[in-house]
Amino acid sequence: METAITVVLFVLLLATAIILGRQRNLFAASMLTGIFSLVSAGLFTVMEAVDVAFTEAAVGAGISTVLMLATLSLTEDVEAREKKISWPALAVVVLTGGALIYGTLDMPNFGDPHAVVHGEIARYYIDRSWDEIGLPNMVTSILASYRGSDTFGELGVVFVAGTSVLLLLGGRRSELPASGESPGHERPSSRPPGKRHAHVREMPVVRTVAKVMLPYIVLFAFYVQAHGDFGPGGGFQAGVILATAFILFGLVFGPQELVRHVPPERLERIMAVGLMIYGGVGVVAMLLGGQFLAYGVFTPSHPSHGHHYGIFMVELGVGITVSAVMIIIYATFATRRPSLAPQVVLDAEDRCETEVSADDVPLVPEERALRSGADLLAEGAAGTDAASEVPS
Amino acid sequence: MITDVLHVIGAFFVVVGALFCVIGGIGVIRLPDFYSRCHGSGITDSAGAGALLLGLMFFAPPLVAFKLLALVAFLWVSSTVSTHSLAKAAYSQGVRIENVPRKDWTIAPPPPPAAEDAVLADAASAADPEEPA
Amino acid sequence: MTLTAAVMSFAAVAILVTMVMALFRAARGPTTYDRILALNLFGTQTVLLIAVTGFLYERPEWMDLAMVYGLCNFVGVLAVLRFSKYGSFMEDP
Repeated sequence: METAITVVLFVLLLATAIILGRQRNLFAASMLTGIFSLVSAGLFTVMEAVDVAFTEAAVGAGISTVLMLATLSLTEDVEAREKKISWPALAVVVLTGGALIYGTLDMPNFGDPHAVVHGEIARYYIDRSWDEIGLPNMVTSILASYRGSDTFGELGVVFVAGTSVLLLLGGRRSELPASGESPGHERPSSRPPGKRHAHVREMPVVRTVAKVMLPYIVLFAFYVQAHGDFGPGGGFQAGVILATAFILFGLVFGPQELVRHVPPERLERIMAVGLMIYGGVGVVAMLLGGQFLAYGVFTPSHPSHGHHYGIFMVELGVGITVSAVMIIIYATFATRRPSLAPQVVLDAEDRCETEVSADDVPLVPEERALRSGADLLAEGAAGTDAASEVPS
Repeated sequence: MITDVLHVIGAFFVVVGALFCVIGGIGVIRLPDFYSRCHGSGITDSAGAGALLLGLMFFAPPLVAFKLLALVAFLWVSSTVSTHSLAKAAYSQGVRIENVPRKDWTIAPPPPPAAEDAVLADAASAADPEEPA
Repeated sequence: MTLTAAVMSFAAVAILVTMVMALFRAARGPTTYDRILALNLFGTQTVLLIAVTGFLYERPEWMDLAMVYGLCNFVGVLAVLRFSKYGSFMEDP
């Protein structure tokens, strides 16, 4: 039965990949990427790689879709159609693919007991991790203790990713209104009070439910952070789930509101603090006479306790940095104006007019639903005209 | 003995839930337009997922049963809301309704702004009492 | 095969069949909203699959994994909706 499920999921994965490759519409493609991620998470679960599945789930459930759409919002959403085939590119793709497939021929079969990883290394960890570290979840002991330096490097990569996004896209933030006076919130006007919260007014159900869900998501993030020693979970997953909560806030109440409450300047520092906690634990271990990230020296009489403390601190650092980086990436993408279209802030009312007016009802909404910045602009102009004709 | 009875009850719910899932899936494929497909998806999300997870509770130790209960609660809230807002967005973008003439499926001209505001402001304030109306 | 295993296997098969149908709808369209609907449906099915396989493998602690999707899946759908409606996250709608 288990094998059957695995095979079916692999076939689904392949089918999704093929459909994804044939899709020219990038918006639809990002939907299919979401499905791809869901299938992979299911596949990892069925193969009992629960921690990997957990990471895939945490990233795929919210963040990856959001980031992909945020990217699309800054670019075009239909892939440019190449007229002729580029032979060098095809050759490179075929060669790389062939090399990769050739590489898989050397890999051991799934579940092969004679595979190298099932030899000495796995035996070592299985036999000794309980005595040396004492954590029920062996994956956490390996990631945070035996392979602590690797995880430190990974965290560095996450940090660098956040920094790069800030360096590449963060500069335009100065065009935003200074924090504290976000448009649409503080805008003084003669409008009735209900008008000020255009987005809120529009989706009261979503807003209410988001308010109900937010604390539970945060609570669950803390649970995952703390429970990583005993079951699937840990700092990476918890950080991503925590960031998902903030992104949900940004989606429902607007990115400006998120930036107002969580200023990126502060997040930049928090991002570095997490990395410094991780590195700091290693340095403290060295000062106490051990090796970098060898936690046993914290409590010399009882090394496994030291490992517990060390792993806890390290996972905390991971969680802090990952969540700060994810929030910062979302905030940077979402508050940046599309550079392709001139920057015009459409009035919420105009857009409402446009959306419900009877002559703006396309029969085939696939293209219409996917507006690029230019479309939106043109439509906004039309909407303004229509609005000026209708006495309000 | 008690365990067996519980397992039989649980098995009944799991099978019912699985059948609802398949029925909803068939609906998503076969129904003619987007809004009726929402109905199919809704069957899977609420009846299918609900019955299946409730059935699993009969097999589970207490803590896991509690997690399953929480999962059902979150799923029922979140997926219904996403289907709702999906249908709303599709409607405001003018997605077609099958077998209904065009003049009938277009949205009626927007109501006078004042009336719309009053209704929606009410809805917003009802949804959130802290918000100054 | 015990009752539990039989029931869970049946449920897993049903869920996989539903997944295939959802994938069909996501590939077929025709509107963007159909694809989003299919994504949402697929997410629910993944939650159920993880829960059911947890019982099939007798590893009920996998429920945490299903919980992530239960809590966070609709964030993605909301993002898609917001994007498809306004074309970007930037504009304060």
